[in-house]
Amino acid sequence: MKKHLMAYPYALWMLIFTIIPLALILVYSVITIDDAGIHFTLDHFRRVFEPIYLAVFWRSIKIATISTIICLILGYPMAMILASKNLSKKSILVVLFVIPMWMNFLARTYAWMTLLERNGLIATIIGYFGIQLPSLLYTENTVILGMVYNFLPFMVLPVYSVLVKIDKAVLEAAEDLGATPFIVFRRVIFPLSLPGVSSGIIMVFMPALTTFVISRLLGGAHFTLIGNLIEQQFLTTMDWGFGSALSVVLMLIIILSMGFAMRYEKENQGGGLW
Amino acid sequence: MKRILKSLMAFTLAVSMILGLAGCQGEKRPQLKVYNWGDYIDYSVIDEFEEKYNIDVIYDEFATNEEMYAKIKAGADDYDILIPSDYTIKRMIDEDMLHKIDFNNIPNYKYIDDRFKNLAFDPNNEYSVPYMWGTVGILYNKNMVKETVDSWKILWDDKYSKQILMLDSLRDSIGITLKMLGYSLNTKDDEELEEAKEMLIKQKPLVLAYVGDEVKDKMIGGEAALAVVWSGDAVYMKRENSDLEYVVPKEGSNIWFDSIVIPKTSQNKKEAELFINFLCDPEIAYRNTDYIGYSTPNKEALKLLPEEVTSDKTAYPDESILADCEVFEDLADSLVKYDRIWTEVKAQ
Repeated sequence: MKKHLMAYPYALWMLIFTIIPLALILVYSVITIDDAGIHFTLDHFRRVFEPIYLAVFWRSIKIATISTIICLILGYPMAMILASKNLSKKSILVVLFVIPMWMNFLARTYAWMTLLERNGLIATIIGYFGIQLPSLLYTENTVILGMVYNFLPFMVLPVYSVLVKIDKAVLEAAEDLGATPFIVFRRVIFPLSLPGVSSGIIMVFMPALTTFVISRLLGGAHFTLIGNLIEQQFLTTMDWGFGSALSVVLMLIIILSMGFAMRYEKENQGGGLW
Repeated sequence: MKRILKSLMAFTLAVSMILGLAGCQGEKRPQLKVYNWGDYIDYSVIDEFEEKYNIDVIYDEFATNEEMYAKIKAGADDYDILIPSDYTIKRMIDEDMLHKIDFNNIPNYKYIDDRFKNLAFDPNNEYSVPYMWGTVGILYNKNMVKETVDSWKILWDDKYSKQILMLDSLRDSIGITLKMLGYSLNTKDDEELEEAKEMLIKQKPLVLAYVGDEVKDKMIGGEAALAVVWSGDAVYMKRENSDLEYVVPKEGSNIWFDSIVIPKTSQNKKEAELFINFLCDPEIAYRNTDYIGYSTPNKEALKLLPEEVTSDKTAYPDESILADCEVFEDLADSLVKYDRIWTEVKAQ
């Protein structure tokens, strides 16, 4: 009974800041308001599926997927190093890894701008060796770099938290039965770490898909991503209907991609999100 | 001795408390809620107004017209004074969000230059009083651009590939393209807009980035040769880097106004008009202009400004150039066309 009561503040919070806004977006996405009143319409959704907007969706998904894959390739070994039992100063390493996250995300992204610009630190240092670099800033790769840099911890930490919980006896058993280290990894460690991997993928893919700041600052706004498009609808064009429809489609994409990852969540070992 | 000191302290404390209470109990001063752009007033002006008229000013700031509009439209705040830009004022007039100003209460209105009265967004000048104005133009680095800059066409010159900064703002970027093509920057004509779109797509490979406020750091740091900027920012950037020069191209450009209005939410219209009149006082307008660095529409304040400011073409361009400049109009339903063009350009 007591537990029940204590859930009320949170339920209220959810209602005000999650459920009602979501409902509003759903409503805005299917109505149009003119002098005659409010009408039901599917025009906003029809517009979402026009080629130029599909191209924006496609680019966003592509960049977010590439960033997620790079995060996985970089992050998984990192998580294994952090989780390895031989490491005595493990907690320091973990803290070092987390410290950059204490700094504001916008400030970190601005810092990359000054590092990468034409008269920036990197170009200046390499310039001493007589090498002229092509423009480092304002390319698609810079956007991916910004995403990987900002979201890598979201991959490492869930994988790490699953890896440290793997029962060492299981690994010893595998070794005792003659498995090489590679087989131990492939047949035991990796399958056991999948819940962490799946939440890592979600935690990187979601913000990468929806960000609009990174593409604006590091991409020079050359590459409209879905987040930029939605922001433009709400702040510049004031087309809330179309903006809401875009948001609904974006949410559906995220729910779908979560569905894929959810398959591993049942045997969740603690690294999962839900 | 110690005892005397103690009782003296107690006495002082008691007196100051009583005085403090008395101060609170005095008749309640009227309040005036002002909502203005960030860093867009000489703050000592507010103190002076409070003192002179015995009115409390509550002063808040916004960063974009859209932010301000959304807040007022939601009806959550009862501001008495707003200072939005031209096209936003038009929209607010159309949506019946503004009070008509009683100009009998604003004798200082006579100091506003006639050129800046009855502007397109408020044709009979019933709702707004100009506060600051400026233009959009090209800022260039004299070390990187050796030729004369006098046309928007230079932004389409291959020579400056990846050295051009455009504004990440659909009205401004499409607007200057239309101007270059010789059209109005408020056009609703599909063919003219289509032509502008093609030009912007053609220009895209040459553009280093579409920027917002970062343009200041980039141009001061010599990261690009040419940039589209607002005149007020240009004044600031030229001060920071003397290699920079600003020009309003011969094809004409956008001229913009930030004007003072009274929203319908205001509870204190009398005090609001008092405040507007105060801002139009030449001495006060001079101090604000001196602080902000933008251009003043107040002809008497202009006379108070030093010669080197008023002769600077950045803030005060020639009459002939201004003749070809247009004010943004509220596009209403046609804004969607602009939005689509901008998305198509950016999605390339």
